[in-house]
Amino acid sequence: MNKIFEVPLYPYTRHADQDAATPAHHRVVVVGAGPVGLAAAIDLARQGVEVVVLDENDKVSFGSRAICFAKRTLEIADRLGLGTPLVDKGVQWNIGKVFFDERKVYDFNLLPEEGHKRPAFINLQQYYFEDYLVRRARAIQSEGAPLDLRGGNKVARVADHGDHVALTIDTVDGPYSITADYVIACDGAASPIRSMMGLDFVGRVFEDNFLIADVIMEADFPTERWFWFDPPFNRGQSALLHKQPDGVWRIDLQLGWDIDKEQEKKPEKVIPRLKAMLGDDVEFSLEWVSIYTFQCRRMEKFRHNRVIFAGDSAHQVSPFGARGANSGLQDTDNLAWKLKLVLEGRAPEALLDSYDAERIFGADENILNSSRSTDFITPKSEISRIFRNAVLDLSEHHAFARPLVNSGRLSMPCTYDGSPLNTPDALPGGPARTRPGSPCPDVALGNGFLLDSLGDRFTLLAINADAPDGLSEDGIAVTRLSLTDKDDATGALAARYLGDAPAAVYLIRPDQHVAARWPAYDAVAIRAALRRATGQEMQ
Amino acid sequence: MPTDLILTPNMDRPDDIYADLLAAHEGLSKAESDALNARLILILMNQIGERRVLAQALAAARVPEGS
Ligand SMILES: Cc1cc2nc3c(=O)[nH]c(=O)nc-3n(C[C@H](O)[C@H](O)[C@H](O)COP(=O)(O)OP(=O)(O)OC[C@H]3O[C@@H](n4cnc5c(N)ncnc54)[C@H](O)[C@@H]3O)c2cc1C
Repeated sequence: MNKIFEVPLYPYTRHADQDAATPAHHRVVVVGAGPVGLAAAIDLARQGVEVVVLDENDKVSFGSRAICFAKRTLEIADRLGLGTPLVDKGVQWNIGKVFFDERKVYDFNLLPEEGHKRPAFINLQQYYFEDYLVRRARAIQSEGAPLDLRGGNKVARVADHGDHVALTIDTVDGPYSITADYVIACDGAASPIRSMMGLDFVGRVFEDNFLIADVIMEADFPTERWFWFDPPFNRGQSALLHKQPDGVWRIDLQLGWDIDKEQEKKPEKVIPRLKAMLGDDVEFSLEWVSIYTFQCRRMEKFRHNRVIFAGDSAHQVSPFGARGANSGLQDTDNLAWKLKLVLEGRAPEALLDSYDAERIFGADENILNSSRSTDFITPKSEISRIFRNAVLDLSEHHAFARPLVNSGRLSMPCTYDGSPLNTPDALPGGPARTRPGSPCPDVALGNGFLLDSLGDRFTLLAINADAPDGLSEDGIAVTRLSLTDKDDATGALAARYLGDAPAAVYLIRPDQHVAARWPAYDAVAIRAALRRATGQEMQ
Repeated sequence: MPTDLILTPNMDRPDDIYADLLAAHEGLSKAESDALNARLILILMNQIGERRVLAQALAAARVPEGS
């Protein structure tokens, strides 16, 4: 077994808080050091917000979990300072093949758009993602960022007292208590905090089982995503083969609903199945074998006064489309800057309600996409199977049917249409993809990339337009970034940000989403948009 | 002007077209006929293309007597 599973990354050590006469107080407590909790903590601490992370465990997460990390996640990781190790280690791919029965029906090339620093996505084991997050947390700690990561700390009780939260934590040395201004509950799909608070988590269970195996093999399968519908080696079901770093391959085999899970997990059952798929002469060993049932569901609200849910604790999706960890990172991207402004007294608490509005909108989009993929892959009625097979048959000969084949849709960042933080679009002829609410698309600029100069603060992006160096409204500073046609050798800046307009001024949020845009600098309009984007009008 | 679903006669030579439909199914098993129908629906949906018109068609098919 890979050593990475066994090494404690943040082993329990006794903390002074455990000997305090009265509970020690902290600004933010993050519960859970999975990908979402670690990203939240790094985002806050590197911006100077004091944060304690508690996890009952002390290692990377066990078993086969996320492997596909989308471009938006890599862009967020860049802002957090760990994009490069992720991309260096990850596997990149563009070719996908779709098989139906015994034949290949078609293949596709993702042909990523030019001018983005990061690829459409990478394949990387979740344990590497977590390992790199822990390393990043350690690095910023050593630079003085106020981040404290406590392993072997199991949260046993959470009580919201209106203006603070009290937590009781179990350790091998017995329980202790602390208090916090805010708690971010990143404690996973089975969220004990959600149960402690008696909150709902409703949705849809897909009555199907999937054998998920990570196998180590020296095989000459190309770096492509292969998806089978109804293959001879798994009749009536689906299968997926995908490459990860270190010669590890992810295999998903749909098993159906009425199976004996314990039996199906045994090597004497699993190995013949895999041999039938890979061929008798391929040598492989098993890293992990698990059986999963998938669900799509979310909490009704993510913010419960001072306890805020993020990641799998707030919403859960089936893995077709790789939206679990990817959407969890968008949660923290959305939350961190808002929480910072509220804690610093520079924005009203109501700003936190926009986290609810925007990320519930995002969760619904992800649940819709994941449910549709799952319905295509595992048709639940005779007629849906007939249509599914008709799509696949047609896709072999006719291009029109290929967009209907749904073996998982690429995770795309959410555009917050209708968000209370948006100012109505005021740029005539502006491209739809950069309308208010949109995540900023990247652009290659000279030797660098646009996204590297956006984020963490409000930015006024002036393109072919005059604007002052900066401005400040109610304690919130905005920095200007001026670009002209001269910076835009490829024309992508104009295509993505100007459209038919000759010039534009964008107000961009700390999470790189567009708050507002205009054809020219207008101080009054910009100040109003800034108040709006910081929740001043939400009270 | 957006196109609307046509529910008035629009086929040239309706008897021939109907006979073509039945002929396509001749000799097929129920499963083969179901598959052919599904492929045909998908091909025609692509020909129409507009979601709005297809929604009108679905509604008309669901409630043949009109709403
Ligand atoms: C087979 C499979 C494939 C997947 N593929 C993808 C993919 O390709 N892309 C993708 O984006 N996502 C994918 N996912 C989803 C992804 O794994 C999850 O979305 C992600 O792990 C969620 O992260 P999280 O931090 O919210 O929760 P978790 O990773 O579950 O972390 C929760 C943490 O909370 C801790 N904890 C729990 N209770 C307590 C407590 N009481 N006190 C202290 N600590 C506590 C736990 O120890 C754990 O460390 C996949 C999932 C599966 C199962």
